[in-house]
Amino acid sequence: MDRQLLILSTFCYLIAVVRTAMGLRHGTFRPGTFNFVAIAFGFLLQTAFLSVRGHALRRCPLTNLFEVFVFLAWSVALVYMLVGPAYRLSLMGAFTAPLVFLLQAFALLAPIDVPHPVTARANSWLEFHASMSMIAYGAFALACVAGLMYLIQERQLKTRQIHSVFYQLPPLSDLFAAITRLLWLGFGLYTAGLVGGFFTGQPLPQFKVICAFAVWLLYAGVLLGRHLRRLAPKRVAVLCIVAFSAALSVLWAINFTSPHLPPQ
Amino acid sequence: MNLFCVGISHHTASVETRERYTSAPAAETLMRESGCTETLLLTTCNRVEVYGVAAEPVATTDLARWLAVEDAKSDSHDPGIFYRHEGEKCVQHLFRVASGLDSMVIGETEILGQAKKAYEHARNTGSAGPYLHRLFQRAFRVAKQVRTRTDITRGAVSVGSVAVDLAGKIFGDLRELRVLVLGAGETSERTARALMSRGVRDLRVSNRSYDRAHALASLVGGSAVPFEHWMQHCADVDILLSSTAADEPLVTRALLEPLLGERMHRPLFIIDIAVPRDVAPDVNDIEGVYLYDIDSLRTIADQSIATRRQQIAAGEEIINEHVADFRKWFAPRAAASGGSEGPIIADPAFGTQES
Repeated sequence: MDRQLLILSTFCYLIAVVRTAMGLRHGTFRPGTFNFVAIAFGFLLQTAFLSVRGHALRRCPLTNLFEVFVFLAWSVALVYMLVGPAYRLSLMGAFTAPLVFLLQAFALLAPIDVPHPVTARANSWLEFHASMSMIAYGAFALACVAGLMYLIQERQLKTRQIHSVFYQLPPLSDLFAAITRLLWLGFGLYTAGLVGGFFTGQPLPQFKVICAFAVWLLYAGVLLGRHLRRLAPKRVAVLCIVAFSAALSVLWAINFTSPHLPPQ
Repeated sequence: MNLFCVGISHHTASVETRERYTSAPAAETLMRESGCTETLLLTTCNRVEVYGVAAEPVATTDLARWLAVEDAKSDSHDPGIFYRHEGEKCVQHLFRVASGLDSMVIGETEILGQAKKAYEHARNTGSAGPYLHRLFQRAFRVAKQVRTRTDITRGAVSVGSVAVDLAGKIFGDLRELRVLVLGAGETSERTARALMSRGVRDLRVSNRSYDRAHALASLVGGSAVPFEHWMQHCADVDILLSSTAADEPLVTRALLEPLLGERMHRPLFIIDIAVPRDVAPDVNDIEGVYLYDIDSLRTIADQSIATRRQQIAAGEEIINEHVADFRKWFAPRAAASGGSEGPIIADPAFGTQES
């Protein structure tokens, strides 16, 4: 039942992806309500899936890699729903939908939904740590998406090769403002999650702690570099993509190196 | 019941000829004299058109005479310069006009405002009745759909507006931007005006002749900068608009790069509309600097024109759907009122003409 909800959700994102791809191919794409509605439906079905699974597990559904990927996809959609329309970055939906689709499609297709027997009672600090970190990843993912949009727009302006997407993309200044806000949002949530991890009362695996701090330092470095005006906007955009790729790899590595532990 | 449109436009007549018909009479006068039950006059710099509803056909020569300015009323009116559309063709023509498909600059949106104004006037004076009311309301709806569903209005089509659009894509809001204009020629003035119209408040003008710089600054509401100080302003401004008559590039990479350190990575948009160019091409290689010369601006404008042309077919499709729909509403009413809504009714004076 829960997987069917997720398949339906993935299908919603696929519709948004296909529609965007066709629009871009024919040069007729324009960000409208369609993408937002498709993502909103996808998000509702994701929420239903996580709710059903959470009730079955009696804890935050982050007990295996499959759930981690779905929770991450949900966080990306959540941040988009909160941030995208607020910053009038409706085209962000066109870039968000493929990312969420890929995360969920991978989760559904890869043999990673292995039930992990967790006998211990739910630890609220552990759940706080895991959920905050995942939502922070969602904000970082959106910052990565905005970074990609920035680089596309910047390249068009620099090379003077104006394509149809140029008119749909927001100005560089708006994109950069969105990147900065998303980075701060993600960084704040990630820091809260990190701090929460120390209150779980459980032994902290050294590798996981090092990885978590490495990601924290990477984003802190980007924000500090920007705050001190040492980093040009284009570099920040590139670093958003690099940092998120690194953060995803770290998430993957943590789960691989601790197969007997839930990813929390 | 005959629904018709008679007019003259940039397609059929030169500006000298059009000038003879720009002082159109009041719609109610025209209505009274022509025997129409409803009339509406649409006059712009590119067209003078009468939309009418009449029980009996009204000759184009009569309408031409009524439309002519006082001095030209007794002249002979060349029938070749007038077009006449009746019934469905009239509906289609109006929808094309309102959507900007018939405009000199395809996709321009000013015509919609002018059509709305003409309709408002006709409604207030009582010269527009139920048929024209329905027709124009539908035309405004069609124009909106054509604009939103196609790319007919996409991109700027003149060098000045392309530059302003690009500035918008780099900086977003232009109100807080600082602009330095180098050279006080006509092109500088046009582009500076376009920037000011988009909200730029801090505009500085520098020219070899300080008096000319001052004159242009006063004209556009900016401030003049002595030519020997323009370089210092480069570190401060967001847009540099250059159009001097210098033989050698004024702005080079070696000159500009040291100044950019103070900018803290703020982008700099350079518009070089001078020929020969004022800015060395390798300035574009500097990070955060976006250099556009006259050719690159023209290329973008041409690209927009081409895109708009490609969108005509898509616009026509929307229009045809609405024409068919309007016909369904109009035909039974026209038949009931005893006339023919015709596709085309032969004009007693000129026969049938299409633009």
